[in-house]
Amino acid sequence: MAPIATPFFFYLLSAMMLVGGILVITQKNAVHSALALIVTLLAQAAIYLMLYAPFVAAVQIVLYAGGIMVLFLFVIMLVNIDRSLKEKQFNSQWWVGIIAATGLGGLFVAVYTKGKNIFPERVLSVAEADNTQKVASLLYGQYMFAFEIASLLLLVAIIGAVVMAKKKI
Amino acid sequence: MEVMLHITTLHYLVLGAALFLLGVIGVLTRRNVVIVLMSIELILNAVNLNLVAFSRLWGGQHGQIFAIFVITDAAAEAAVGLGILIAFFRNKETINIDEVNLLKW
Repeated sequence: MAPIATPFFFYLLSAMMLVGGILVITQKNAVHSALALIVTLLAQAAIYLMLYAPFVAAVQIVLYAGGIMVLFLFVIMLVNIDRSLKEKQFNSQWWVGIIAATGLGGLFVAVYTKGKNIFPERVLSVAEADNTQKVASLLYGQYMFAFEIASLLLLVAIIGAVVMAKKKI
Repeated sequence: MEVMLHITTLHYLVLGAALFLLGVIGVLTRRNVVIVLMSIELILNAVNLNLVAFSRLWGGQHGQIFAIFVITDAAAEAAVGLGILIAFFRNKETINIDEVNLLKW
């Protein structure tokens, strides 16, 4: 089934993502930032659905909005001190931030205005029904080794997190 | 108006670039370590959006596979980063990133 009213939903979801992102970097309270980030992640999952990537959308919701953000909220509750709310929220490097952002933004604008013609005009049609099967057969076929390395990485990360957070090693 | 109404790959790339810039500004200017880590998540999400948009453009699934690996990396990074944050908070009683200066010469 072709997506319905693509421009409307694209702009709605983009607005949600950008407002959420702006709130993430401007809110004083870290809990509010985390909630804004969850809004951004959910809107992005919907955009993945518009791009015919339902499996990535499901992983985004379950792993990102579910797992990682719960971890963030746990840590915010552990280390949330009222003193940090009263402190200055932005450091004195805001001019570095502005320079880096304008430089990067100018680079993006230059690249995208110069290079937009190299994309094919029509996107290729994709089979919509068997996306998840194709992802699975690639993941367990061609990308088998990378998959195993990722599991090893997660094991190392678990051990590292436990060692870091331990009181006495 | 024609450009606005026909959603192409470039629209997704511009959205990803805007999200990336927001993340960069957050990393460079905030003092709260938790919010700096969240800005890094914003940057990773912008990259994921580009990967999935290009995957759609070329009609394959390789970009989606890469996005899944990036999400795995983000989970590992968040776990280790927050572990370091807890150790730091235990030692210094603050979550201000300007106080992380032991390696500064």
